[in-house]
Amino acid sequence: MPRTLAQKILQRHTDEPVEDGAIVQCRVSMVLANDITGPLAIKSFRGMGAERVFDRDRIALVMDHFTPQKDIDSANQVLISRRFAEEQQITHYYEGGNCGVEHTLLPELGLVNPGDLVIGADSHTCTYGGIGAFATGMGSTDIAAAMALGETWLKVPSTIRVEYAGEMSRWMRAKDLMLLLIGRIGVDGALYKALEFGGPVIAALGVEGRLTMANMAIEAGAKVGLFPVDAVTLSWCAERGHTVAPDIRDGLAADPDAKYDQVLHMDVTGLEPVVACPHLPSNVMPVSEVKDVPIQQVVIGSCTNGRISDMRDAAEILRGRKVDKKVRCIVLPSTPEVWKACLAEGLMEVFMDAGCIVGPCTCGPCLGGHMGILGNGEAAVTTTNRNFKGRMGTLDSQLYLASPIVAAASAVAGKVAGPREIGL
Amino acid sequence: MIYKGKAHKVGEHVDTDAIIPARFLVTADPEKLGENCMAGLEPDWVSRVNKGDILVAGRNFGCGSSREHAPLAILGAGMPVVVGHSFARIFYRNAFNMGLPLMEVGDAMDAINDGDEIEIDTATGRIRDLTNGAEIVCPPLPESMSKILESGGLVGYVKQRLEEK
Repeated sequence: MPRTLAQKILQRHTDEPVEDGAIVQCRVSMVLANDITGPLAIKSFRGMGAERVFDRDRIALVMDHFTPQKDIDSANQVLISRRFAEEQQITHYYEGGNCGVEHTLLPELGLVNPGDLVIGADSHTCTYGGIGAFATGMGSTDIAAAMALGETWLKVPSTIRVEYAGEMSRWMRAKDLMLLLIGRIGVDGALYKALEFGGPVIAALGVEGRLTMANMAIEAGAKVGLFPVDAVTLSWCAERGHTVAPDIRDGLAADPDAKYDQVLHMDVTGLEPVVACPHLPSNVMPVSEVKDVPIQQVVIGSCTNGRISDMRDAAEILRGRKVDKKVRCIVLPSTPEVWKACLAEGLMEVFMDAGCIVGPCTCGPCLGGHMGILGNGEAAVTTTNRNFKGRMGTLDSQLYLASPIVAAASAVAGKVAGPREIGL
Repeated sequence: MIYKGKAHKVGEHVDTDAIIPARFLVTADPEKLGENCMAGLEPDWVSRVNKGDILVAGRNFGCGSSREHAPLAILGAGMPVVVGHSFARIFYRNAFNMGLPLMEVGDAMDAINDGDEIEIDTATGRIRDLTNGAEIVCPPLPESMSKILESGGLVGYVKQRLEEK
């Protein structure tokens, strides 16, 4: 029977027949938790009476959300994970100088690979769908169970296929493609389902753009957002020296006659960059239609848009320009590797000359943690993934989600703006 | 289990940042989390809740992050069960794992008004609004969820499995 990408990947990890709607017990390739969700997972792990993790090489603990530790409570919270990592001799524990935003870090290090089944105690675990891994977020206790058993149960999701075609305009990016989809189907448009991406625009999209799109699958309610393992993925893995399992060495894609819940066609020709307006990621409109919204902050970074291609995009806009005096423009490259690449390519100089604040690799402001919080009535353009009420600060603050291109242009303009509004 | 309490209604797409804002995620203690339950929706929202009251939620409740602190905050605030139009999937798993039953009823939730006294029987899936007499029957729980609830949550379920090994 012809199969969807979700079915094919899941079948690699279970001996039970994989059919839409079936509940299957799966072996996991990697299990992830962070500084917020780790301590709860550890508490549940102990409560289960578990003594050893199933495989010390298949667990990643990344202390990225409140890093560098923002206060006494968050510092003490990290200690719980650190001690657990020492006790269990967890190979992949990240805190301090080797730490980055988890969903940028793990694919970069080759800890998740095409065809893998990854679960993480973080909703944006779905990011790894960008390289063709079935990856999904769960709560801490599900993660604890997987740490103990090396398995998890999953309900096989039915799939919505999304085909992108047409010509991308100069300033359109992967973020725009995903926001347009969320705007079309809504924040629960893919609830309990898999999204599967395809079409000529996707075939031409780089791995970093695919990771950006898969990252926001959860913002449409989806369990996963899957991209095929194709020539783009395989050459990215080869360049980075990452292993690809023998059975998918030539790629992995859905069968042509696979059965879908729905097939959506998105034509991008003639479209311009978009923003998601407060307070839902589905509240999407062309940036040029958002008139005269002054902003006080811009954030460029996060697991959605903190990779080197995002930094290059931001620098392209900011080079030779100045951030508006009323705006704090915060740039957070999401891993040490991205940070160093910015340095090597001269992007840090561009950011500093423009008047940006360049900070450490942290999730920080995305979830209103620290390093860029909004005060009463303030507004921000941010390259992060959620613009829920109060997410980055006070309950009356306003968040506009956008690509690094639009975020950087807005920083220069001092208001929500695209490249056209600053004369590009 | 039979639950009886006052209904507190919340709207559509109430996200986990609304249920428990990230700045409060420096503890895993349900009581402490409960003190700030729904603080991202309205400051001091939780002051209206008495122990045993029931949360009645709109479409896609619990969307957003995977934080298990969200169902814990609801339990910590003294609300032992949630009736909802529909639930975001990570929240759905988390709630059952934490021993917080969810009753997914779709548009039928409109029959319940904010402040009504309601009674829920999780075994039969029957929900009665004692104030206006409305009755809703919820579809039975998936078997996998019942198994977890029978073990008192996922911690108990895995404990049993590890002991069998």
